[in-house]
Amino acid sequence: MSDMMDDMEEGGEGVVKKFMFVNRKAPHGTIYALEGLEVVLISAAFDQDVSMVFVDDGVYELIKGVNTKGIEVKDFSKTYRALEGYDIEKLYVEKASMDARGLTQDDLIVDVTVLDSAEMANLMAEQDVVISY
Amino acid sequence: MPMVEVAGKSFEVDEEGYLTNLNDWNQDIAVYLAQEEKVEMTENHWDVVNFLREYYDEYQIAPAVRVLTKAVAKKLGPEKGNNKYLYELFPYGPAKQACKIAGLPKPTGCI
Repeated sequence: MSDMMDDMEEGGEGVVKKFMFVNRKAPHGTIYALEGLEVVLISAAFDQDVSMVFVDDGVYELIKGVNTKGIEVKDFSKTYRALEGYDIEKLYVEKASMDARGLTQDDLIVDVTVLDSAEMANLMAEQDVVISY
Repeated sequence: MPMVEVAGKSFEVDEEGYLTNLNDWNQDIAVYLAQEEKVEMTENHWDVVNFLREYYDEYQIAPAVRVLTKAVAKKLGPEKGNNKYLYELFPYGPAKQACKIAGLPKPTGCI
């Protein structure tokens, strides 16, 4: 994050870095998914090349038809749909994580690109900054 | 938490005056919150406030100003979806003031 701030202070012109936010945890039970999403929404203000990745239990963050009434927490799954309006359109999920949980793209609340583990590793290697939750 | 009473009903607000419970919102409290912000509500103000409530209902967040501007342009037309127009309606920041009047939490990324 400090790199991002430095760029802003230098005038913010021209320097665009690749930021990847990796989501690994189930949406509820810990604060990581919601806080991570808020960081991504804020990052949109800095005009950087932002992508989000969902692996392991992180794929559950995108699941459709969530009802959180029983656990009395906010259902923020709809907020992933707002990402497009924030110009954050690069959403990737890992195929193995989906398969292991019996999920397909039809189960997800947003359009995503499904990558196999090797493609995911390559994409991660291309990034300037990877932030993992 | 502080309470305010408007038109015979009590409303809980936070220390910055934002409504604590989204579902408590009605037109009376909106007019009261607008007065607190020194905003006189016109039809154009209501358009933006109602738009924000719809946006929140759909996405569960209050949009950042840039996103609000773009979305208003799409919904209400480019003559309304620009900074000049929105700042004329809500001089201290459309996201901050309009969200408050709409009974939404303070927008994420409001820095």
